[in-house]
Amino acid sequence: MLDISNLHASIDNNEILKGINLKVQPGEIHAIMGPNGSGKSTLANVLAGHPSFTVTSGEATLNKENLLKMLPEERARAGVFLCFQHPVEVSGVRLDHFMRAGYNAIQKSRGKEEMDVLKFDRMLNEKVQIVEMDRNLIKRAVNEGFSGGEKKRNEILQMAVYEPTLSILDEPDSGLDVDALRIVANGINQLRTPEKSIILVTHYQRILNYVVPDKVHVLINGRIVKSGDKDLAKEIEERGYDWIETDIQASK
Amino acid sequence: MTQSPSKQIDHYVKSYNSFLSEISGNSPTWLGDLRANGMKHFQNLGLPIERRGNEEWKYTDVRPISRIDFDTPADISSVDANALTNITFGDSNWPCLIFLDGIYSEKLSNLSGLPSEIVALNLPEAVNKYPDITREHLSQHAPYHDNGFAALNTAFINDGAFVYVKEEASLNEPLRLLFISTSRVQESISNPRILIVTGNNSQATIIEGYAGISDTPYLSNSVTEIVVGQGSNLKYYKTQIQDNNAFHITNTHVLLQRDSYMSSVNIDLGGRLVRNNLNVITGDENASCKLNGLYMVTGSQHVDNQVIIDHAKPYTTSRELYKGILDGKSRSVFHGSIIVREGAEKVNAHQVDKNLLLSDEAEADTKPAFWIYCDDVKCGHGAACGQMDDTALFYLRSRGIDEQSAKRMLTQAFVNEIIEGIENESYRLHISELVQGMLQDWLTA
Repeated sequence: MLDISNLHASIDNNEILKGINLKVQPGEIHAIMGPNGSGKSTLANVLAGHPSFTVTSGEATLNKENLLKMLPEERARAGVFLCFQHPVEVSGVRLDHFMRAGYNAIQKSRGKEEMDVLKFDRMLNEKVQIVEMDRNLIKRAVNEGFSGGEKKRNEILQMAVYEPTLSILDEPDSGLDVDALRIVANGINQLRTPEKSIILVTHYQRILNYVVPDKVHVLINGRIVKSGDKDLAKEIEERGYDWIETDIQASK
Repeated sequence: MTQSPSKQIDHYVKSYNSFLSEISGNSPTWLGDLRANGMKHFQNLGLPIERRGNEEWKYTDVRPISRIDFDTPADISSVDANALTNITFGDSNWPCLIFLDGIYSEKLSNLSGLPSEIVALNLPEAVNKYPDITREHLSQHAPYHDNGFAALNTAFINDGAFVYVKEEASLNEPLRLLFISTSRVQESISNPRILIVTGNNSQATIIEGYAGISDTPYLSNSVTEIVVGQGSNLKYYKTQIQDNNAFHITNTHVLLQRDSYMSSVNIDLGGRLVRNNLNVITGDENASCKLNGLYMVTGSQHVDNQVIIDHAKPYTTSRELYKGILDGKSRSVFHGSIIVREGAEKVNAHQVDKNLLLSDEAEADTKPAFWIYCDDVKCGHGAACGQMDDTALFYLRSRGIDEQSAKRMLTQAFVNEIIEGIENESYRLHISELVQGMLQDWLTA
């Protein structure tokens, strides 16, 4: 499904990604872990097409289609969804209006029927239950005045609405207390299917107790330096990242 | 103050003399004296073309106005009524006074639906029927000794809108005052004059609209005086959709009496060079006002809003929110002054100006000024000027919304705050459609 090879990307002429190789198969969850500043969020944003980053070399394809040539909106229509680490507040734009605009843009691009307000409202009323979100929030401006937990749940709500082929979750657990973490993780688990893939970027192993990954990758200084199964995450939780860096130094 | 070239003053003196002979014998002495005083001051002042050391006109160059000898039409022009069907300023069934090039058109006006608690007349008729009210208020609120444009308007006072809302009247349907410029052959000037007096404990909604169906440059130079009676509520929506070759100058002076409230929404969607002076005096305790504004300019348009709120008395409140969208090489100026007089305790004043720049070449200047002569007050201000939020834009696009639609959504969201502040629903929808149409044009170019 997703095939990334030797991906290099920079911002303001600073190289952040220094040759990423990653293959994700349908139905798989890949956790990407790493210390602060290792390039985890950059990878997430580059895949979604954030205009601040420049891809300097390498490839990324989704179902054999070149992702890197697509505009952000084209990637969304191709099935890519980015769950933002810091969802932006958009005052003056109602959340339900915004979601319907996006949903219908995607439907239209696929030659499918657009959804009217009533049907869309009915769908939203079901979907909010996945993340146990207050139904009144969807009538408010996008993320405006939302708590940290509400913003994260709103991201998962949108993931539920768009039903993306590839979800890239950028630290969906950051800043959440235990209850909120459980709700967000539950939401993600409900959206798992054998066809859809998830890349879960996280700093801590905590969320992986709830959302069990098929593969775990450690990203340090713009490269994936170690890959393994869910046990690797547990080892990181116990020993931190330093030992991996030491291992790399030693092997050089 | 500075002189405009004497040639130009001579031009308006000539116009003034022929104007006087046209209207001879139809006015009381006090009105004749008023015009003569206006002309006298205009001859001294001229137009404010000198900007150095002239803080009020520092950012706005009116020389393009002074270079043209605008003609003062003596007769109503013959206008095809079909040309005016799109100029409605709301619901075309609402009562209206219509002026063409400053001259009252009885034929186009419609007062049939006007309730008996409200009087709307052409000014000369009002001077006869309501001599006390007109004499008490006309030019008593809008000074002309220090303002060339107001002096010029005062010299040419004749036709104009007079609105008197009687005590205790409560009107749901707006009254429209429409000023349409039609200059077809020769560049022309109109000097619209408006006097609005509301009686105690009354409620009314008044729309003041300006538009043009012109092939040549024209100058609309209006003066509006408003007195809001004790305990009254006035909603005052001033909107201009002038042609892009229009010069649009307005001077609006408002006196708020005890316990009164005014909600003013000033909307500028057209014009080549626009200058609005809005002066509000909270003249007695517990008077309050909400002054909102929206300006949308593109190309080489220039719009300048000068708002002065004079908190003359204690326990008075003002809320001010102006927003601008600028595209092309356009320019905006917002100059908001808040004065709190000595002894005006517990005044609560807040002012915000925000600008959204859609192009790199547009420029917005915003300048708040506070003159506070009292300790126990609460005043605040905020100003913002910036490009569209890239983070928000990416957020919308990452959900499948194309760039143009995303920009439209964000721009629409920016203006919604002003549009939603229009209390009258039909008018709110009318303005919303106008604004949406403009954004559609701008953001799909």
